Amino acid sequence: MSGSRTAEIVKEASMLKQKTMIAANYDLLAGAQATGRRVVSTFVPGNLNELIMCFDMVNNLPEINAIQNGMRKKSGPLIQEAEKRGHSEDVCAYVKADLGMIARGNIGPDGRALPPPDLLLLSYTGCFTFMKWFELLRQHYKCETAMLHVPYEGEGHATKAMIAYVVKQLREEVIPKLERASGTKFDIDRLRENLRESARAEEDFVWVLESAKHRPSPIDAYFGGVYYIGPIFTAFRGTADATDYYRLLRSEIAQRIEAGAGPITPDGKAHPERYRLVVEGPPSWPSFHEFWKMFYDEGAVVVASTYTKVGGLYDLGFRHDPDRPLESLAEYCLGCYTNRNLPSRIDLIEQYMADYQADGLLINSIKSCNSFSAGQLLMLREIERRTGKPAAFIETDLVDPRYFSPANVRNRLESYLQMIEQKRGAIAAAAA
Amino acid sequence: MAASADIIDRCQHIFDDLHFRAARDWKAAVPGRFVVGYMPFYVPRELIHAAGGLPLGVLGGGDQLEVIHGDAYYQSYICRIPRSTLELAVTGRLDFVDAMLFPSTCDVIRNLSGMWKILFPKVRARYFDVPQNFSDHIGGTFYIHELTELRALLAELAAHAVTDDAIRASIALYNENRRLVRAVYALRARMPWQAPAAEVYLLMRAGMVLAVEEHNRMLDAYLEAAAAEKRPMRDNSRVVVTGAFCEQPPLNLIKSIELAGCYIVDDDFLLVNRWEKSDVPAEGDPIAALAGAYLHNSVNMAAKYEPDEERKGLHLVEAVRRTDAEGVIFACPSFCDPALLDRPMLQTVLARHNIPYIAFKYAENSGQMQPIREQAGTFADSIKLWSEP
Amino acid sequence: MRCFIGVDLGSTTTKAVVLDENLDVLGRGITNSRSNYDTACRVARYEALIATRFTLVRRGLAALPDLSAEIDTFLADLDRSFRLEQFLDQLADLSETCRAHTRAERFRDTGGAMREAIEAVFVRLRAEAPALFAPGARRKSDFFRDIAGSRFMAVAQEVAREAALSYDPLLNVYDKAIIEVENRPPHEEMRDGFLRALARIHADADSLSQVVHTALDIPLEDTAQVGTGYGRVTLPFPKEKIRSEILCHGLGAHMMYPDTRTVLDIGGQDTKAIQVDAAGIVENFQMNDRCAAGCGRYLGYIADEMNMGLHELGPLAMKATRTVRINSTCTVFAGAELRDRLALGEKREDIMAGLHRAIILRAMSIISRSGGVRDQFTFTGGVAKNEAAVKELRQLIAENYGAVEININPDSIYTGALGAAAFARRAAG
Repeated sequence: MSGSRTAEIVKEASMLKQKTMIAANYDLLAGAQATGRRVVSTFVPGNLNELIMCFDMVNNLPEINAIQNGMRKKSGPLIQEAEKRGHSEDVCAYVKADLGMIARGNIGPDGRALPPPDLLLLSYTGCFTFMKWFELLRQHYKCETAMLHVPYEGEGHATKAMIAYVVKQLREEVIPKLERASGTKFDIDRLRENLRESARAEEDFVWVLESAKHRPSPIDAYFGGVYYIGPIFTAFRGTADATDYYRLLRSEIAQRIEAGAGPITPDGKAHPERYRLVVEGPPSWPSFHEFWKMFYDEGAVVVASTYTKVGGLYDLGFRHDPDRPLESLAEYCLGCYTNRNLPSRIDLIEQYMADYQADGLLINSIKSCNSFSAGQLLMLREIERRTGKPAAFIETDLVDPRYFSPANVRNRLESYLQMIEQKRGAIAAAAA
Repeated sequence: MAASADIIDRCQHIFDDLHFRAARDWKAAVPGRFVVGYMPFYVPRELIHAAGGLPLGVLGGGDQLEVIHGDAYYQSYICRIPRSTLELAVTGRLDFVDAMLFPSTCDVIRNLSGMWKILFPKVRARYFDVPQNFSDHIGGTFYIHELTELRALLAELAAHAVTDDAIRASIALYNENRRLVRAVYALRARMPWQAPAAEVYLLMRAGMVLAVEEHNRMLDAYLEAAAAEKRPMRDNSRVVVTGAFCEQPPLNLIKSIELAGCYIVDDDFLLVNRWEKSDVPAEGDPIAALAGAYLHNSVNMAAKYEPDEERKGLHLVEAVRRTDAEGVIFACPSFCDPALLDRPMLQTVLARHNIPYIAFKYAENSGQMQPIREQAGTFADSIKLWSEP
Repeated sequence: MRCFIGVDLGSTTTKAVVLDENLDVLGRGITNSRSNYDTACRVARYEALIATRFTLVRRGLAALPDLSAEIDTFLADLDRSFRLEQFLDQLADLSETCRAHTRAERFRDTGGAMREAIEAVFVRLRAEAPALFAPGARRKSDFFRDIAGSRFMAVAQEVAREAALSYDPLLNVYDKAIIEVENRPPHEEMRDGFLRALARIHADADSLSQVVHTALDIPLEDTAQVGTGYGRVTLPFPKEKIRSEILCHGLGAHMMYPDTRTVLDIGGQDTKAIQVDAAGIVENFQMNDRCAAGCGRYLGYIADEMNMGLHELGPLAMKATRTVRINSTCTVFAGAELRDRLALGEKREDIMAGLHRAIILRAMSIISRSGGVRDQFTFTGGVAKNEAAVKELRQLIAENYGAVEININPDSIYTGALGAAAFARRAAG
């Protein structure tokens, strides 16, 4: 999830490492046809990276391609390309950025052609659109498609029947198709080893997220957080590289905590901490840095975010478990943030508000993503009612630059932060 | 014998009544009765009926409801049905509903299930999942579990167990309902001037509110009346309307399409009425029968995964062939993810089969019919031109 | 005396309010937000300071009980005369600037004739100026640009015809000059203007004029200034002197009506609902989302579509006998929906009533989103001046929230500036 960053931007060792990892994966994709490596396309939430690794397949993530194109400000024309081809302006911009990219020769964000997938692994987790997206890709590629239906946690928890359903699909649908597509036999011990490696990285990842409980927070858990989730949410979970990355990141953050330092802004400066916020919703990628700047210019640090939970809710204790490999994968898929029902999501945010001593909740409502967005106004009302802290609402989009109005966003953000400050003043005055 | 106009008058009355008097009366008539609301596109109504409950289709507020509080919960880029449905509830119009079921139509309806839990804690709100895997021992097993959980919830509401016998009896009644519904659709496909689309729609809408026994009598009477009356036939083109399986099209939109010169000979309105393509077995294990019917004998639509790429969209081609239609109108609600994401795929398939189509969007409260009339009228004319040798 | 100034830089007008230490309003000023925000801000502030002087004069006069009968007439005369003097000053500036523009290279051949024509135009404009400010005279606008512009065009056309000159170059020169004049910061001296105004009403010798002199001698100390409004980021103020319009609006409404708990503002570009506590502190706010459906601009589109003035829509709607249901407040579809209804044979006034209801329904949703109406309710913004909108609002508030006191202040346009000035007062301690 790291994006393009201009030359003058200061990079820490962990960032450089992640950059190398991502570049290496794009290298594998670019060379797949030459090397004969089989390619699987799949989604971030509920992805089965440890399983995919068992088949030596290269992982291509359309969402990440859309994000990368968004951050490189290339998504606008791609979306318009898809709309020109009959896709509605109303629907998800990730889908359109992806289809637009394919229509224009499938040139990836790094400028090299992406290979056609040998298998579409449709992990249908927490987002209805995924299903249609892969049906659209399937119509284009006419390739083997494995559907993994992950039931929604409508009652707020995973039931035994749900886990059994997912495990059965893994065993009887997904694994046989992966075997066929890759020509490699499934080895459950290899899966166990990968899961063991995942769990190591997950420990450090959770430590990183929870470091934001310090005052000042050494990290920004949203704008920085989207970099931190990169390896573990994508093609690297279960690799030694990911474990090393989180070890390195952890040591960098530990140093900041020791120094009493806050997060570092993209221009390498100290990020002041005047407001501690919890943020719900994905970021807007084409305006990512502009959006972030609005926060750090005002001294707003995000101490917890829900977007960094779309690829797994590790801070609630989940770890991939080598002793229950398929069950553990099923539980992982079921527990991703947007697969949890709305009351659970609200409870989680309420808990973050308390645990991270936040001043308020900011919702970035994303036009593309109804899975996140439908119900957020109730969420806002509930969090205000339960915590007595103010919440605010801004609206942007994932990768459609037409839906990011800087003046509008800045106006609301400033109004909101000033409101927090005014309330603080009132509370202080009442206490005096 | 009742005239079709009288029957349709009654349906119109039920349709216009945003307080659901018919369902309230049904509930009040016998102590202990309960009402289970459901949203489109599908729930197993047999189970609710078997438990002694009334399945009530909750389909938004239409074009006559002013939405204030429902709008407060939704951004402008979200479709209309959840906001008007919330408005109905917030304003007390659904205060007699004991439980609400939210089928897995899309993320918006899915999330609405959680909103309902928070906003109306006294109502049993449940997200009702259906499998996207169609193997009996995988998706089927999961679905039997879902149905069993629903059965338990209904037993709680009924305060008595829901027996297999009761479910089998309900399946038989709903089989009868589906046979009658299919007969109405078949009549219309054969002689669309005898059963105008707006009438058929109203007739089906009544089935969302009335008890199935009464709806069966109504369908029967309509079939008899419609066959007996002679109505003028017009030189209309024959079209299939698709995309309108969740948020309801305004009645005026349906009328406008026909007024513009298109007979609607098939549609995907109120799919729950004819979800299973033929009878559900009324003997043996009734839960297994319902699950089996879902997996192997139910219609295709956007919220349901199509495992076979080669079959994608063919249901629409088959509908065109079966009803002798000449084109397809995609009428999708604005911001409807499943319908709008599916649309380009279906269009590709139609184009491959040389079936003409047009597309427009609506909201349940759309007021402007002029563009619809123009497009449908042009479509009807162009179909006639194409079909000339 | 200590003065606390709030400036609200809006998208169409810029407002300023001057408060004294006791939070009493000393003066209000308004001007059009021209291309130069800095100047707009200075002009509004200057206007508010002029009004402040008038307040001081009035306060001084209040100490002369024998004159109470004459005070109002005197103040009205003084005001008109002062405005006239101000107008003449600006006219002189405009005249000079127009003349300068005729010296452009492209007028090498015609420049002389044009200068003569311009001289003639301004002679007439100066001559008719006193009538514009005569007792009982009605002006369409108080902004110099509007008054001078409409008169210049009328007079210049006549002059051009008489001199057999082309009108277009004159208009072109005017267009360039008015922008320059309008964007020239005001000279903040006003004593001279007051004295000339006094002379004009022949009041320079008596006790009334003494009061004016005394009022002019009171030093106005610019103790603190706070800016707000959509254009606030462009204000030449340090960051800590800038407050969001939401906060200012909430506080301003609280100052007008201390029991206000909910504020609705429907402006041209956005609609906001603000909840404030007993001290005027904002507790929650909601604005229309990205979609501008149902804002004042919607009425603007409708007016354009109907070929009517914006201010005529409300009165037309009031004539309705029934309300046509309009379901779309989308500005993009407004015209189409309107034509559709007209084509169906609906009456214009009934459609208008429906459109006003649609806008207010949209606002009701935003209010509901912000937490509903809990106590006194204050309605501000341009749409609050529209009687049909107010009527629908009253009805819907009553239906949804019961009997609630609804406040609509004729000075509601100054709500944000008032709040900003109050912030300035608070910051100064």
